[in-house]
Amino acid sequence: MKANALIGGTLVGLLAATALTAAVWTPFDPLAIDLRARLEPPSARHWLGTDEFGRDVLSRIMAGAGTSTLIALSTVVVAVGAGAVVGVVAGYLRGSTDRILMAVNDALLAFPGILLALGLMAVVGPTTYGLVLALGIAYAPSVVRVVRGTVLSIREKEYIEASRMIGDSGVYTMVRHVLPNCVAPLTVLATNLFGTVVLAESALSFLGLGVPPPAPTWGNMLAASRPYMEAAVWLSLAPGLCIALTLVGVNLLGDALRDRLDPRMAVA
Amino acid sequence: MTGTGPAPLLEVERLRLVAAGPEPLVDDLTFDVGRGEVVALLGESGSGKTLAARAILRLLPPGVRQVGGRITLDGEDLASLPPSRLRRLRGAAVGMVFQEPMVSLNPALTVGAQMAEGLRLHTRLTRAEIRERCLAMLRRVQIADPERCLGAFPHEFSGGMRQRIMLASAMLLRPKLLIADEPTTALDTLTQREVLDLLVELTRDHGTAVLLITHNLRLVARYAQRAVVLRRGALVEAGPAAEILSRPRDPYTRQLIEALPRRGPARPLRREEPPVIVAENLSVVFPGRRRFLRTTPGRTAVDRVSLAVYPGEIVAVVGGSGSGKTTLGRAILRLVPASGGTIRFRGEDLLTAGPEAFRRFRLACQMVFQDPYSSLDPRMRIGDIVAAPLRHLPEMSRAARRARVAEVLDEVGLAGFERRYPHELSGGQRQRVAIARAIVRRPAFVVADEPVSALDMTIQQQVLALFTSLQKQYRFACLFISHDLAAVEQIADRVLVMQQGRIVESGTRDEVFDRPQHPYTRALLRAALMTEGPSAAAG
Repeated sequence: MKANALIGGTLVGLLAATALTAAVWTPFDPLAIDLRARLEPPSARHWLGTDEFGRDVLSRIMAGAGTSTLIALSTVVVAVGAGAVVGVVAGYLRGSTDRILMAVNDALLAFPGILLALGLMAVVGPTTYGLVLALGIAYAPSVVRVVRGTVLSIREKEYIEASRMIGDSGVYTMVRHVLPNCVAPLTVLATNLFGTVVLAESALSFLGLGVPPPAPTWGNMLAASRPYMEAAVWLSLAPGLCIALTLVGVNLLGDALRDRLDPRMAVA
Repeated sequence: MTGTGPAPLLEVERLRLVAAGPEPLVDDLTFDVGRGEVVALLGESGSGKTLAARAILRLLPPGVRQVGGRITLDGEDLASLPPSRLRRLRGAAVGMVFQEPMVSLNPALTVGAQMAEGLRLHTRLTRAEIRERCLAMLRRVQIADPERCLGAFPHEFSGGMRQRIMLASAMLLRPKLLIADEPTTALDTLTQREVLDLLVELTRDHGTAVLLITHNLRLVARYAQRAVVLRRGALVEAGPAAEILSRPRDPYTRQLIEALPRRGPARPLRREEPPVIVAENLSVVFPGRRRFLRTTPGRTAVDRVSLAVYPGEIVAVVGGSGSGKTTLGRAILRLVPASGGTIRFRGEDLLTAGPEAFRRFRLACQMVFQDPYSSLDPRMRIGDIVAAPLRHLPEMSRAARRARVAEVLDEVGLAGFERRYPHELSGGQRQRVAIARAIVRRPAFVVADEPVSALDMTIQQQVLALFTSLQKQYRFACLFISHDLAAVEQIADRVLVMQQGRIVESGTRDEVFDRPQHPYTRALLRAALMTEGPSAAAG
């Protein structure tokens, strides 16, 4: 248990350190094109090689770390935040509020997330904020479903009724008693969603609707590497491994956090 | 031990079960069950009685191991048997009835399919023969329409009916031994009596021995020939049931018997002050479900009930499950909306009063819930849980609140528990926290919904005593909802008997218990074994 938290923390810490370093210094300019040094394999000069325009992959990975994780993180915050609020309100109030909210939610859920994001991106245009908003809205409905299900079982607990008996308002009960008891499914959802979003961002970037091209993100690097998969495997490997390690780190940290936040799991 | 006749059917010798902890869960337990005999394994939760019984069939939960002792069934050492032989014994030679009728039948299979399973596995009967046997057995356990029952799913039956079906399927194979693990604890008193009577009758007819696992002394007195008392995994006392209950030798057994509620002197009825709460013709109808093109009819849970509770008195509402007593309590507190009638709190009509009057009412009333495991928010500390009601008293300072919480926790015997979380507490301690939360604001009226029925006997007695002493101290009016007549007899001033949403009898405690008028009240009292309980024998 402890080891998992440590590994997760280290990976996420490394990621943050990389992103912060990149803000002030990278080995090369991540956007500088050097057509004489195209598709070079890793060497002492270019640790992770160069891409099809001769740009230094390590510098791009470092510069992309910030963008990719920031997009993923804000999207998760938007999706989980909105999903939790709607889910708690619908599940706790029931009745017509529940019916209307869930009808809208189910309609959204009927579209594949990526398709919905695609449509929204087409409307708001390819900006980073637009991307976060579109992905957030696209993935919120599944959060709503899970949260509402959890709330339905929590609202039947007698401590919710006890809270009403005390004279607490509905909003207070929801914030103080219902929401905290949804934390366990929410952390699992959030960590899972993080991975999905990194990949969704790359898919949107691939279609030209993500972060606009010259700026590096792990997603668009991965997408751009596809034609050179056989000639220059490091081009796919570098961002791919970064995404994988980040997901492992976030998942481990999420699990540790969930246990930490639950008083019942505390070791005496 | 018995010494008479042939060797006993089941012999358990020096059984020792351990898990990860340092203490063994069952230690050096020796007992036996004779052919056709009913032996009770008596103990409180955590005494190891269920584990000991499960060890017989080697159905121990993961992590629990048998490290010593011998279990012999019908001359065969069960430890030496290969798993395939053991599987053949399960069901066929040893049947089992579990505590929770709501979860021990598979909801996805019909009753018929589940009953037939055992016969298909253990006998070579044809389909028609199996069906015939199932029908006969269902008839035997008094299921109204056995033909329809075979094709029905478990959720169509009440708890009592399901327990009959469980019993029928266990007895179909005519086992030599039936292990009944708290078979009626989840049922109300009337159903409990019916199911147990049936169980004893059926096993007697088939010559089946019964190992009855229970925490209920009254059941032991009525149904068991011998009893084995367990405490913390060790045998405390064993012998003929009547002897143990009338002349207990061990102090722990004596303590168990003394924990049986008994009647105290009647308190004079107080009528000098006007009643705190008055309900008149109160009705609660749960609306029917809207289906395609039609609406199923609603269900009347409370039907034109009138009652008044005066300051400082405890009024008990008794009745079987489904009688509407819980709904009545909730309707009076306005936790469920009333469909008709009036509720007046200190003379103000709550159904027409404005939000301010309603708020005054909310702040002056409290509730103690049945399930101490669900009534406390698992993510809050005990101190915060008890302090929560004080949030609505803005004039109180932070220091005053903390002092009040400490004072109340001290009164319920949990001084210094502020920083703990609910999961660190036992059921009895949790219920004390729930009581502390209810009284911290000095309420005028408290509804207690089965506050002790989820607790062990000795703990029940402690919590009940605490509750009454606090009630005397704070002088709140109390509506005590319970199906446990013994507890009611001990603490109530007046009693209301509910059946199918109506009050069928009401009066002072002594009137209702000594001179019951309504046949339903009489049936309840008979089922509660109040007349032939061991308290009379011990007293």
